[in-house]
Amino acid sequence: MNDQAMNDQESQPNAADELWELRLYVAGQTAKSLAAFANLKTVCEEHLAGKYNIEVVDLLVNPQLARGDQIVAIPTLVRKLPEPMRKIIGDLSNTERVLVGLQLRPKKTSQA
Amino acid sequence: MSSAKSGLTADKPPLAKAPTGIQGLDEVTGGGLPKGRPTLVCGGPGCGKTLLAIEFLVRGATEYDEPGVLMAFEETAEDLARNVRSLGFDLEDLVERNKLAIDYVHVERSEIEETGEYDLEGLFVRLGHAIDTIGARRVVLDTIEVLFGGLSDAGILRSEIRRLFRWLKDKGMTAIITGERGQGTLSRHGLEEYVSDCVILLDHRVTEQVSTRRLRIVKYRGSTHGANEFPFLIDENGLSVVPITSAGMEHSVSNERVATGVAGLDEMLGGKGFFRGSSVLVSGAAGAGKTSIAAQFASAACERGERCLLFSFEESQNQLVRNLRSIGLDLERWIKKDLLRIHAVRPTHYGLEMHLAQIHRLVVAFRPQAVVVDPISNFISAGTQSDAGSMLVRLIDFLKSQAITGLFTNLTHSDANLEQTDVGISSIIDAWLLLRDIERDGERRGAVYVLKSRGMPHSKRVRGFRLTDHGIELTPEAFSTEAGRT
Repeated sequence: MNDQAMNDQESQPNAADELWELRLYVAGQTAKSLAAFANLKTVCEEHLAGKYNIEVVDLLVNPQLARGDQIVAIPTLVRKLPEPMRKIIGDLSNTERVLVGLQLRPKKTSQA
Repeated sequence: MSSAKSGLTADKPPLAKAPTGIQGLDEVTGGGLPKGRPTLVCGGPGCGKTLLAIEFLVRGATEYDEPGVLMAFEETAEDLARNVRSLGFDLEDLVERNKLAIDYVHVERSEIEETGEYDLEGLFVRLGHAIDTIGARRVVLDTIEVLFGGLSDAGILRSEIRRLFRWLKDKGMTAIITGERGQGTLSRHGLEEYVSDCVILLDHRVTEQVSTRRLRIVKYRGSTHGANEFPFLIDENGLSVVPITSAGMEHSVSNERVATGVAGLDEMLGGKGFFRGSSVLVSGAAGAGKTSIAAQFASAACERGERCLLFSFEESQNQLVRNLRSIGLDLERWIKKDLLRIHAVRPTHYGLEMHLAQIHRLVVAFRPQAVVVDPISNFISAGTQSDAGSMLVRLIDFLKSQAITGLFTNLTHSDANLEQTDVGISSIIDAWLLLRDIERDGERRGAVYVLKSRGMPHSKRVRGFRLTDHGIELTPEAFSTEAGRT
């Protein structure tokens, strides 16, 4: 896992060409959802500028979509691409953990 | 439970109930689960809680026109469908007909990072969507505690689960929430604190290699319920709870008499035979002719056009039919007409409660007017003596509540006191026949007498008893000079 994360980080220049496809699941415009979106936007601009795509899925509008990605918690951020799929739940307020979750930063050994 | 059976007491249910459709459970709960409220069904692994929950949905969909949603946290829809197919439930068909929706919820901790505040709104959305799609009235969450393994914030989970139960109640869903029994608690994460209306505990015990499933209603707010443990079965028809404890004495009694099948015996019993719905015990040593009397009685019932259920714990059906042919009794014709059903099983095959459950289930299905158990003494080998006694009391109470005439044979040891039943049920027996061998002048003779027969004048005489190729014959005296000699 650690190796994988390391490689990801090291191969970051290569990943430059890759398009990041992110999907943020929310349920209505709640404070948590708005915060999650804002936090995500900040992280992406800083680390993935120009090569990311965020799709916001409002489950109140499209409830049937919750099943496909096994959404339980809200908000949930799903990294569709690059594979493998990753999920981060919560309002994404802890940037460090968002980066770890997206595998933009290796997981600290203490957390591993 | 005689009330549910005979309908003698018309209890007004203090709160609305949703019938589960599960055999026996609705009697035990006085009508079903609290309607529009969640019920917690808990127990250890393999106790049958998922099956109970699924049957609740299946019966709701097929018998009460109440579609249901199954939210499965442990098994996929395919696995569940496969597992319950052997019980005769076709989940796929119900899903196709929009009677059932199954949503498999899977949370994989290793692929999830948690950061900041979240809630379980996704679960609510999924459940709400499934409910609205099929117009569900019932919901099963099996087993929501699995979420504690997938998500780390127990505080959020607790408050969200509590909110979920409240939300289900607001939506008027009759729900079953399953929980795995924890150490000293009913469920691992204390779900019982949130489900205040009804809690059912299932239990699967194996004692001396015999397995027994039991169900107990731990709590049912606002409703009377049986506080005892009730045995239940899981077989090809699903679950069935045996709603029998000590059934009480509310059953109605009949003045009608039924022939014993032996002319001489009828004569001894006031000339007319047993009371319908009474319980008869036939005791005797090995080879005394107990099974023959039992079979004559069964055959006489069939001759009247009644149905008879015969439980044979020593002989197989074929053996029984063959042996009785030697006294001129043709049981086969009754079997062919489906007036007689013989259920042969070894008493040690399963525990007493399972026997009781089996007998109960067969009686409910066949609706016989007469039941023969040959012999009851064998039950002792399937349990302790006091267990056997209490089981027989329950069996007899149950048969009485159904106005079924019951005849039980009991093997006594020739050296023991014949007038003492091993299992101590004499007090609840209405008529008691004793078969014994009498020795005189170096010859053994069969003899029969009526030890007691409640509510009728009966002969006090010891009469000769013998088996002939045309049935049982009674002679006026056991040792008269002429009669009885061959």
